[in-house]
Amino acid sequence: MSETDEAGTSRRAFLGAGLAAGGAVATAGFARAQTADPLITEVQDWASSFGDAVDATPYGMPIHYESHVVRRNVEWLTESAVSSINFTPIHALEGTITPQGCAFERHHSGAIELSKQDYRLMINGLVERPLVFTYEDLTRFPRTITTAFCECAANGGMEWGGAQLEGCQFTQGMIHNMEYTGVPLRLLLEEAGVKPEGKWIYAEGADASSNGRSMPLEKALDDVLVAFFANGEALRKEHGYPVRLVVPGFEGNMWVKWLRRIGVYDQAVESREETSKYTDLMKDGRARKWTWVMDAKSVITSPSPQAPIRHGKGPLVITGLAWSGNGKIDRVDVSLDGGVSWQPARLTGDVKSKALTRFHLDIDWDGSEMYLQSRAIDETGYVQPTKDQLREIRGLNNVYHNNGIQTWWVRADGEVENVEVA
Amino acid sequence: APAVAETLGLGRPALPEEIAAWDVAVLPDGTGLPEGSGDVFTGDEVFAEKCASCHGDFAEGIDNWPVLAGGQGSLRDRRPVKTVGSYWPYASTVWDYVHRSMPFGAAQTVTADETYAITAFLLYSNGIVDDDFELSRDNFAEIVLPNAGGFYPDDRAEAEYPVFSVAPCMDSCREPVKVTKRAVDLGVTPEDPDGKPAGTLPDLTIAAASATEE
Repeated sequence: MSETDEAGTSRRAFLGAGLAAGGAVATAGFARAQTADPLITEVQDWASSFGDAVDATPYGMPIHYESHVVRRNVEWLTESAVSSINFTPIHALEGTITPQGCAFERHHSGAIELSKQDYRLMINGLVERPLVFTYEDLTRFPRTITTAFCECAANGGMEWGGAQLEGCQFTQGMIHNMEYTGVPLRLLLEEAGVKPEGKWIYAEGADASSNGRSMPLEKALDDVLVAFFANGEALRKEHGYPVRLVVPGFEGNMWVKWLRRIGVYDQAVESREETSKYTDLMKDGRARKWTWVMDAKSVITSPSPQAPIRHGKGPLVITGLAWSGNGKIDRVDVSLDGGVSWQPARLTGDVKSKALTRFHLDIDWDGSEMYLQSRAIDETGYVQPTKDQLREIRGLNNVYHNNGIQTWWVRADGEVENVEVA
Repeated sequence: APAVAETLGLGRPALPEEIAAWDVAVLPDGTGLPEGSGDVFTGDEVFAEKCASCHGDFAEGIDNWPVLAGGQGSLRDRRPVKTVGSYWPYASTVWDYVHRSMPFGAAQTVTADETYAITAFLLYSNGIVDDDFELSRDNFAEIVLPNAGGFYPDDRAEAEYPVFSVAPCMDSCREPVKVTKRAVDLGVTPEDPDGKPAGTLPDLTIAAASATEE
């Protein structure tokens, strides 16, 4: 094997030299090969001998060449790694569905292990019949499917005061988007029979932090899902196995994982996660509470600081994500000059309400510096604001809900920086 | 007609002791508080034993662990200090959160009386009660935290959506831009061995990494 690897490496190094030579004349049209490419003219090992057998990998992981496409954490952001955050590698992904294995995590007392056998869900409070469900009970309710983004309320929060972190994984990557299957919360509440004086539900998890959050009954009866499948399979442990709440369009903190109880009350509980946290300090020293919806937002995922341009001038794909908690994305505009002029991008694939949406713009890069920006517009007519527009209203200490326009400074050498512009 | 929808008959009735075990939430008006009481002096002792190793002897916080006392009047400062005394609206949240989720790593190990005592101590640490104060279910509703009036429900629908929901400019929208902030100046992003931001896409003109290198 080692002999094969060495040979393969030397061939690829040879190929690299050829590409570099070709790049210099790319603008003149097709690059002409100086010499025949041995990756073509020589029979490669993989074209002759066997690959892995079908019994080698009962449940596969990505090929090792993709080892950069992983969750990352930033240690200094929190004081403990069990009440902390990590980041989805959105700079390296395409389309809209986030692979579960690299979809971000946010825990307040770690990712707990809870079997389906040990799982219980209680519904109590202002209901006709307080109930206990087993996991098996939940599998017998009529199911529905929803694709939705889960964005942490703090996504981009470190960027309120300026440009801090280098890469959209770190500045926009507290997000994932999955296809969920589960039971509408409405059906479970109907099973218990909500009393007329029940106006709020309070959802809490089985973990030590509990993560209890209050939600108006109207939202609970609308599109909230008690989910047990994500992207076709059971939830991952770190995403709430075996049952979590899916709360389309609302801040990620309310997507309670390891869901164990739904209480029905006549008022909000005003728990720690909706008073001390997930309240948004404003300029006058007062704070907004109950800022549930995540507003329209977008980011160019490539080029970006972790995805520099290395192929030289000519055709360049600008790709990115847009989303809105207030409905469907209607349009995404892209600017190459920091917002002086804009052009509409293509929305590629299906556009779903309260879900990630992919956009593309194909340009012919002349090698000059660019200030890339994207601007999402949703079906309500809301246009994604600049960071300065948000700060003018909110000040610098909002902590949460930063949906300001991101600027990437593309240098002439193809390297890309996170910047703010004025 | 009854408001009760047709049901599937799934699940079974929750027993009172099961509800009592799991529904320990306390609402701002004190709903959910159990019998019990605790004074500042007892709270100081319990805090020293179970809490002070992270939050400090005076709830002032150690290293980067949360500060629970102080910061009053700082909410308009450049760097506000948001604590129970300076920021939290309700004492119910203190009782509920401590009882359910603290100490960090050993949650649900404080009794109702200990939780009353810890809450009384935190009120004292924040200058809200005197050192002879005893907190109980009976006097809980009398406690009003300094920032009780400091919050208002989401008003983006009035304060922001009309401002931002206007047809956007497409051409000659502004003067050419100048860079004012660069993340590279801070240098606080995790890095790959070559100094690039961690997770940077591999250069496809350089030999691929072998499986053993990763």
